[in-house]
Amino acid sequence: MTDHQTETGTGNGTGDETTTGNGSGARGARWRLAGGYAAAAVLLFAVAPAVLSDFRLEQLARYLCFAMVAVGISLAWGRGGMLTLGQGLFFGLGGYAMAMHLKLADAGPGQLPDFMLLYGSTDQLPWWWEPFRSPVVAIAAVFLVPMAVAAVIGFLVFRRRVRGAYFAILSQALAAAFAILLIGQQATTGGTNGLTNFQGFFGFALNDPINRRTVYFVIAGTLLALMLLTRQLFLSRYGELLVAVRDSEERVRFLGYDPALVKLVAYVVSAGMAGLAGALFVPAVGIISPALIGIVPSIQFLIGAAIGGRASLVGAALGAIAVAWAQTTLSEEFPAAWTYFQAGLFIVVVAFLPGGLISLRQLLTRRRPTPLGAST
Amino acid sequence: MLPIARVRRLAAIAVASATALALTACGAKTGEESANAAATVDTSGDTIKVGLLNSLSGTMAISEVTVRDALMLAIEEINADGGVLGKQIEPISEDGASDWPTFAEKSEKLIQQDQVAAVFGCWTSASRKAVLPVFEQNGSLLFYPVQYEGLEQSPNIFYTGATTNQQIVPALDYLVEEGVESLYLVGSDYVFPRTANRIIRAYAEEHGIEIVGEDYAPLGSTEFSTIANKVEQAGADAVFNTLNGDSNVSFFSEYAATGLTAETMPVLSVSIAEEEVKSIGAENLEGQLTSWNYYQTTEGEANEEFVAAFQERYGADRPTSDPMEAAYTSVYLWAAMVEEAGSFEVEDVRAAADGITFEAPEGTVTVDGETQHIHKTARIGRIGADGLITEVWSSEEPIRPDPYLRDYDWAEGLS
Repeated sequence: MTDHQTETGTGNGTGDETTTGNGSGARGARWRLAGGYAAAAVLLFAVAPAVLSDFRLEQLARYLCFAMVAVGISLAWGRGGMLTLGQGLFFGLGGYAMAMHLKLADAGPGQLPDFMLLYGSTDQLPWWWEPFRSPVVAIAAVFLVPMAVAAVIGFLVFRRRVRGAYFAILSQALAAAFAILLIGQQATTGGTNGLTNFQGFFGFALNDPINRRTVYFVIAGTLLALMLLTRQLFLSRYGELLVAVRDSEERVRFLGYDPALVKLVAYVVSAGMAGLAGALFVPAVGIISPALIGIVPSIQFLIGAAIGGRASLVGAALGAIAVAWAQTTLSEEFPAAWTYFQAGLFIVVVAFLPGGLISLRQLLTRRRPTPLGAST
Repeated sequence: MLPIARVRRLAAIAVASATALALTACGAKTGEESANAAATVDTSGDTIKVGLLNSLSGTMAISEVTVRDALMLAIEEINADGGVLGKQIEPISEDGASDWPTFAEKSEKLIQQDQVAAVFGCWTSASRKAVLPVFEQNGSLLFYPVQYEGLEQSPNIFYTGATTNQQIVPALDYLVEEGVESLYLVGSDYVFPRTANRIIRAYAEEHGIEIVGEDYAPLGSTEFSTIANKVEQAGADAVFNTLNGDSNVSFFSEYAATGLTAETMPVLSVSIAEEEVKSIGAENLEGQLTSWNYYQTTEGEANEEFVAAFQERYGADRPTSDPMEAAYTSVYLWAAMVEEAGSFEVEDVRAAADGITFEAPEGTVTVDGETQHIHKTARIGRIGADGLITEVWSSEEPIRPDPYLRDYDWAEGLS
């Protein structure tokens, strides 16, 4: 699927967004970039809260969480060529870490979360829940746990030069295994129901619309920060190296770099982003369950990035938002038929715009279309 | 030089953070009374809106679409009869897509955007758990029509399906009466079977029944040769089956392949109704037992009318089942509560709920105001070759709902 090794010299992304030349061209790109982020910030922080009802704003918060995952996918898959079909695993680790803390905070000191009283056979809190009483530990765990897990997986996998479909299948199997593990441990994880019914978020009542709005702002701010961070990574020497590894791992190896290490960094960072997204999803939506982290959601994370344009940061983020938004809108208009629309949209984009919707821009401005690994 | 872009970027971030912080300062802390966005019911028009929240796509669609059909039938009948408080009921259908966060999102949409008076639907416990906080936070009402594992009592939910003491406990009583001394438990791996089996184990301990095995298969699993072999070798007097959906097809064909029959080792199922019998195939199920509160064959004028109306509306080959009947009944119960209260407001409706009765297809049902469950008659049935289920035993009168099994000594420590 992502056999970039056959494409040489196609690495340098999506037109002006990644232009790294010097002189007026670079300055122009910088200006456009600053303008773009300023516009995004105005849209997210001023226009959306003013125009959208509380309910729609909460939905937007959810879409933005998916966009965060897509930003990570853009780094690992779009630039690094790793088909990350198992991001649900990291989304889930982050989500459960946050949800466990919120459940314990709701229960109060020394008390058990409500679902354990119903399904649990012990009256003792499991030892691995205990650290999550501390908000500091929980916030750190939200990205450190997914990153540590990704580091272990990545170290074992990339060292052995596992690539392509094998890597994809492995990622997916891990996400599925994690979901099955959670279902089996109903007494300590809530089973298929997952963790729901959160009263507070670090001391603030979640049923207060003002606090829910604040959660939205935190999510929007985090997304913009992650995009800036990833952009810096794209532009750095590391970013160049990552694309080089994607396009020709062997050549990079001969040049004296360790491709496994290069890929590991991208994979770990993308896992951290998915973890953070999962953690922020919990207060925004109010649930984390095995259904959100198995195979199907992992594929859906990827579809958004693919539709928008996986090698482009903005494309992947907008794609994730657009797909989630289309899902909501279509399912409201056509309750019984929306899945056909969703599949149709995906087929049309993959068939006619393999670079994703972001490549429309190049078609419209009659620029030379930049090949970005057109195989899907 | 410091690029202007960076300055602007920093400025944008600073403004954003400041806005966020300023807004944070106004929010209520946990435990404080907050400016809660209480649900407002839109009573302005000639119609009153209600929400129907069922999975119309995904794995649960096959079951939940039948519930939606039954809800629509009840709404059409009430409308033809003049509506509720003089207003026609306007149903707004949303697809939960067999996905629990989608259920939460759609319920919020129905409550906040459409301002419905009540929502009818949900099937799986996971979907109910996902929407529960939404209904509680918005102060709205859900009518939940499916039998479930009990241990729940939300002021914002009316449970019109059976709780455990109206389905599982009577089923166990029946098996004991029939002389069953050992049981094998088979279930899908999710909350209902796991919780049901905890209750069954507590009951078994008290009544001296031996549990010779307990196995779970992932939802949707079709690999049952191992489990069927274990069941056969265990030699239990009966099997208590909490498998859901398609898994039953594989389980019953493997069960038959090992040479077991309804005579040698009967299977009592609590998730197989007429609709499922049709898809599993009656030939695989003939003679097996089920436990519900309603069958298509249940006697009584109300049921004859219900079955006739349903088949006239949706086709003569369509069976009626327990969850469909409970859904149909739930709309009538809501309408009766509203008429009694003289208001569509949630608090008024809840206050009027206690003692509301309805001549349902399953017989007379009465709302218990305290638990917001309903009094239901338990019925054990035997599946026939024609796919219909005939009653072989029923409780003498409707059983009072007891979701936490407080009246049963052996259930102490379960919740």
